[in-house]
Formats: sequence, structure tokens, C-alpha cells
Amino acid sequence: MKTYNSMQRVLTSLSHQEPDRVPFFLLATLHGAKELGMGIREYFSRAEYVATGQLRLRAKYRHDCLSGFHFAPQEIEAWGGEVIYYDDGPPNSGQPPLGRMDEILHLVPPRLEDSAGLQRTLATLRLLKQNSGGQVPILGVVISPFSLPVMQLGFATYLDLLNERPDLFRRLMTVNQEFAVQWANAQLEAGASAICYFDPVASPTIIPRELYETTGFQVAIETLARIKGPTATHLASGRCLGIMELLARTGTAALGVSSQEDLAEVKAAAAGRLSIIGNLNGIEMRRWSPQEARIKVQEAIAKGGRGGGYILADNHGEIPWQVPDEVLMAISDAVHTFGNYPLASDTAP
Amino acid sequence: MSNAQRLHHELETALLSLNKVATRRIYKDSGLTPTEFAEEYFMPVLDLIGAKWERGEVALSQIYVSGRICESLLNELLPSDGPELKKTPNIAVAVLEDSHLLGKRLLCSVLRAGGYKITDFGQQHLESLVIRVQSEKIRILLVSTLMLSSALRVKELRRRLDTLGLKVKLVVGGAPFRFDEQLWQEVGADATSPTASGAIAIVQRLSREVHGENI
Repeated sequence: MKTYNSMQRVLTSLSHQEPDRVPFFLLATLHGAKELGMGIREYFSRAEYVATGQLRLRAKYRHDCLSGFHFAPQEIEAWGGEVIYYDDGPPNSGQPPLGRMDEILHLVPPRLEDSAGLQRTLATLRLLKQNSGGQVPILGVVISPFSLPVMQLGFATYLDLLNERPDLFRRLMTVNQEFAVQWANAQLEAGASAICYFDPVASPTIIPRELYETTGFQVAIETLARIKGPTATHLASGRCLGIMELLARTGTAALGVSSQEDLAEVKAAAAGRLSIIGNLNGIEMRRWSPQEARIKVQEAIAKGGRGGGYILADNHGEIPWQVPDEVLMAISDAVHTFGNYPLASDTAP
Repeated sequence: MSNAQRLHHELETALLSLNKVATRRIYKDSGLTPTEFAEEYFMPVLDLIGAKWERGEVALSQIYVSGRICESLLNELLPSDGPELKKTPNIAVAVLEDSHLLGKRLLCSVLRAGGYKITDFGQQHLESLVIRVQSEKIRILLVSTLMLSSALRVKELRRRLDTLGLKVKLVVGGAPFRFDEQLWQEVGADATSPTASGAIAIVQRLSREVHGENI
């Protein structure tokens, strides 16, 4: 069978056909620091470190993407928020920058050029593009305008806003959309091949379908239409089945799915309309043995792999720092052993 | 369907549709005291809604608003230190090393809706949390986390509490504990619940255990 490079493999799968093997995204945003022998804060202080970390991880684990993503609160830092660093986990957002709902009335989107953090991500993407020769998909990430308010206002205040202040909600979405579109397009221009539209609040785990349909769904349609490249939506471990048909109408090409839903059921519901990315449980992965990792990968491929339209990955889009290298290696080995098309289950008598 | 079942169903519908007026009417129609209503209606219905969330049938935002409606009605009917509140050991709720407060807020709402008097410690670092637990003689501590690194810090919290000889029942919750069902035992907690409403039964059980230890 013809051997594909990572770009060909991913594009073939996204067009719902079978390439040479199941594509595999190892979204290990923090493990690059281990490869470079440095702490997480130092690692994210320079684009060169993150780009080098990503390239080394791909050389080691032979996965099918590179990621320019640093950490989610980098966006909120651009809006005036605080980033808190940890020695053993991803940087987290601190106190929300908007203290009161009515501050939304005067909110303006930050300029990308004023944010050192966002500029580091753009520099990372440029470096990854220079070093990948167009043969590997490079991922950029934007927090959706609909989900960013969790960090802008705090989760509870945002839920109050959604339920009680449609006027301020609409104004906030307008401002956030301007930022998200600018930020996504800047990443595409810097070298990202596709944008991950990170939208956890959209999930039926967080809000009812009816509320999503009149709010985040409309925001996604409007925003994705203005992003000048392919997008994949990620619900960050949240469920998707209840809104699958709405997600398919937003214009997104693929969907990051949760370990809390059955992959075969999700794949059937997506039915050629969306490709599926997932759904290994990243939290449990920390204590898997290599043998367990191998079994989990086999199960996922058996449920999601047939006919393409499937990329094996974790369920959150960020593998925890605590996951040991030997587990990551076992996952990689298993994909390379059991993920070759035609799948064993298709050729069995 | 019995009258109680009918009222439970009506209350669930009222809470999920964010209907405060209907919730108040159901309370009045029940003819119960506020504490009786909390025990016989709020607690089981919030538990039912929590179980539905676990099965993917309702959303977190609905749990949040349901808890707030119950808490708000009960706050209005019961003075914060009134004789109607349950007599329990000192209970506190905290978020460990994180700024995401929704989980803690859900816990506070459902426990208060269940008639429990609780102290809200807010966001805490490990050191300050240990000091407050000791100084305020807390016997049941509920810790909410969002990040895996914070969840793993509970192990150190347990160690510090034990080193000081503090007899504290530790209950943990939040996303890391939902996605790894063995994690609560690994960090040395006494219990966990995938939902905020599930914490009510745990607090009831632990309160009895603490009471037994005091005899």
C-alpha cells in the first residue's frame, strides 16, 4: 500500500476515506518541556523552546501533527487577565479580568501586537512551518467567543449572564468574535494548517441543547465562516451526541470527543458529516500500564477507525504532565501496529 | 402516582425550567416546615437532577440554577443561624489552588438547600487551608478541584491534616475525580461524588460517623 506523509494521511481521513493507517494526534503540550529538561514556565517563555519541544516529541512518538498551542489562559492574558504557572500542570487563569457584567459595555478586543504571549505563539507557528516542509498538519487554537467568557467573567457569572442578560451577552459575543477571528486568521497566516475551535460551553454537559441552539450555535456559524482555513471543534471532554447535528451545521470539519461517550455511537452519529478526534481518557492515562494503553488504542481504533473520518487522540486536547513517556510510547506503538488499513476487523474471516 | 411523587415531579420541572414562582408555590402547597421541605423535596429532587446530569440528560447550567433557586428560597425562609438548621459537625467547602469557583458554588447551594450550615472558605492554598481547618475545628471538609495538578495536591493536604492529628473527613470532587474513578482513593480522601447533589448523602453519612467518634 502507498505510504502517506502525515499531511496526506490526515487529509485523506478527514475526507472520510482510509489512508495507510489511522492518523494519530499526540496533543502533549507540556511534555516538550521534559524533552528540553526545563520547567513549564521557562518552556513557554520562548517560541524556540516550544517549537523545538514539539519537533522532538514528533520525532520520538511519530504522530501526525505539530501544535503551536501554548496554553488557554494566554488569550485571557491578552484581555488583561492573570496567568498562574504550576510546576506540574498547564498554566491556569487567575481572577477574571471583568469584575462586573456591565464592564462588557466598554469592552474592546485587545490588539494581537500588544500581547507578548500571543506573539510567542505566532512565532512558534512560523518556526514549525519552517521545519515541517508542508508535510505535517500544524494546529492553531482559538478559544471560541462563546466559551472565552468563562475566563473573562468566571463560570457562575457567565451562566447568570447567559440566562438573564441577553443584551450584554450579545455585546460580549460581538467583541469576542472580532478577537477570535483576528487571532485565528493570524495563526493561519503564521503557519497553522487548521484551527481548533475550543468550545467546551457548547457541550450538552454544560448547557442544554435549546440554549446552545439560540446562542453558541449561532456564534459558531458566524465565527467559523470568517476564519480563513479549516476548523475542528473541540468540546474539551464534554459530551457531543445531543448536539451532533447542530455541530455539523456550524461549518466545522472535525470534532474532538469525550471518553464519556461511546466512540462507535459518536462515529455513527457523525456519519460522514464530521470527522472524529479522540477519545482516550487523558486523566486515567496517567496510571495506565503500557499493556492497558495498547488495549485502549485497539478498542478506539476498532470503534472509530473504519472508513476513515477518524483521528486517534486524547479526549481533552491536552495530555496531562503526569502521563509517563512509556505510556505515550505504548500508545504510539499500538497505533503503528493496529492502526494500519485495512483494519484487522475488516479482513477477519 | 402518589401525591409526594407528583410534587417531586412538579418541583423538578419547576427547577429545570428556572421557575422560582412555581417552586415557591410547591413549597406552600406541601404544608411542610422549611427544613422538612428541604429534606423531603429539595434533597431528593436535586439528587435526581444530579443523576440525570451524570447520564447526560440535563446540563450543568441547569444544576447550577436549580441549586441557586433552592438555596435562595431556603435562605429566605430560614435565618442563617436559626434553630431549624441541621445540627451537624463543622463543615467547610474550599477550592484548592484554583480560581474556578463554579464547583464550590454548586456544592454550597445544594448543601444549604439541604438545610446544612456550611462555611465557605473560597479559594485556598494548601497552607492557608490547613490553618483554617485547624483554627475553625472543621470536621468535614469538601474540596473542589478543576485541574489534575490541584486534585493531586489533595494527597499532601491529607498528609498535613494527619500530621497535625486533625480528625477531618475529606470529601473531594471535580472533573479529575469524575474522569478517574480511582483518584479519590489515591489522594487519601474519605469520599467523592460525581455530582454536587451526591455530596448531601455523603455529608449525612460522615456527620453520623463524626457524631459516633465524639461519643
